[in-house]
Amino acid sequence: MSETLLQSPLNQTHRNLGAKMGEFGGWEMPLEYKGVIEEHQTVRNRAGLFDISHMGQIKVEGEKSFNFLQYMTTNDLSKINDNQIQYTLMCNPEGGVVDDLLVYRLGQNQYQLVVNAVNTKKDYGWLKDHLVQGCRITDQSSLVGKLAFQGPLSQEVLQSLTDCNLEDIGFFRFEDKVDIAGEPVLVSRTGYTGEDGFEIYSEGSIKRIWNAILKKGKNKGVQPVGLGARNTLRFEACLSLYGHEIDENRNPLAAGLGRFVVLKKQDFIGKEALQEINDSDLSEVLVGLEMKDRGIPRRGYKIFKNDQKIGEITSGSYAPTLDKNLGLGYVQSEFREVGTVLEIEIRKRRLQAEIVNTPFYNRGN
Amino acid sequence: MEVKEDLYYSRNHEWVKTDDDRAYIGITDEAQDQLGDIVFVELPQKGDRFNQSEEIGVVESVKAVSEVYTPVSGTVVDINEELLDSPELLNDQPYESWIISLELTDDSELDNLLSAAEYKSYCEGAQ
Repeated sequence: MSETLLQSPLNQTHRNLGAKMGEFGGWEMPLEYKGVIEEHQTVRNRAGLFDISHMGQIKVEGEKSFNFLQYMTTNDLSKINDNQIQYTLMCNPEGGVVDDLLVYRLGQNQYQLVVNAVNTKKDYGWLKDHLVQGCRITDQSSLVGKLAFQGPLSQEVLQSLTDCNLEDIGFFRFEDKVDIAGEPVLVSRTGYTGEDGFEIYSEGSIKRIWNAILKKGKNKGVQPVGLGARNTLRFEACLSLYGHEIDENRNPLAAGLGRFVVLKKQDFIGKEALQEINDSDLSEVLVGLEMKDRGIPRRGYKIFKNDQKIGEITSGSYAPTLDKNLGLGYVQSEFREVGTVLEIEIRKRRLQAEIVNTPFYNRGN
Repeated sequence: MEVKEDLYYSRNHEWVKTDDDRAYIGITDEAQDQLGDIVFVELPQKGDRFNQSEEIGVVESVKAVSEVYTPVSGTVVDINEELLDSPELLNDQPYESWIISLELTDDSELDNLLSAAEYKSYCEGAQ
């Protein structure tokens, strides 16, 4: 009935840990082990280990790689040097988001793209359709195991497994061929949780690294964390999720991602449309909402003001760290001010919510 | 998964405990386990009348929204207000945490429900 799901090299390891498994982006991945809230708090207070092998990875190589990526993405790739990472987007000619991604600059003519699992095939096709001579792309998604190790204790625990001085790896920077638990890996200080942390890419035994981190971190309260908590963590930090806050019909400016769109750089796909959107007023924008009445906003719920529909929720949840029911959603721009009280329709009742500042959660606050 | 003796069960994973003409209704251990961390409960009001299989409220976990249906008809005598502030009780003690109590309209409806043994094999069959 359903097509066969892709499996991470850690699939059996997750099952042995008692994980509830589920489908995400065509992969069978762990949703939770001991419970979403406990795992969420583990990452906020200690450190949690995620299998993110579902993330897509595309290598771009060749003398024209820089020009090619500069044309395909919205951010200015000239801002980063070797061993640096950039968050960027690929847009269609209408300015809609094809995907959001990280670009790792391995060298002047060598880049690694980390893309959303759900979009890997699409992105590969999109890149291929625009490919120029002097540039090659390879989908390495299934060859590379990927872990995220996130939380205030992540550096301390990971440091005990490597001779590389992790303190030297700054935010959005990486080191390649780092020896962790005897495996040569790429380590970056990146993540999707709002905490300090690392992402680890390995073409070797990801299982050995997984086990080593859990073992070393055990007495510090390190635990495996599933995709359930990955979502609540990114939600509190207001990091966009493709298919929710952004998609092919939403532009990055309305999503609050304007700082990753550099309109003054040379031509790139979507530039004209985004320039036009930027020059006029946005019709709708993404805002953060906090429930005043009892209820949890969920994706697709309608937002009202004065009995008129003015928008829709894109993500909503109970926020475990903040102990509040919160939502992200698009509203017509005229209602975007913080402090505006709106109504969200939950099971045929209109419940009050207030626009609040984002991100909901800021590390160190 | 824990299944308690002396309760009636629905195929929708609710339990019913009877005490004379009163029925207490909750969700089963299997239901709470499938939902995960429960963070929100919506209850009906005292005096509301429900027919068998009607929706009496909603339980939400971090990830999912799940309707609760009454396995028997009746009038709401009491609601468990403790759940409004502590919805996690449904995870911690599913068989102690009744959601509502009803005055039964027709106790012959209990005959349509599953026994503990039947419910257990129903859950195992569904897996």
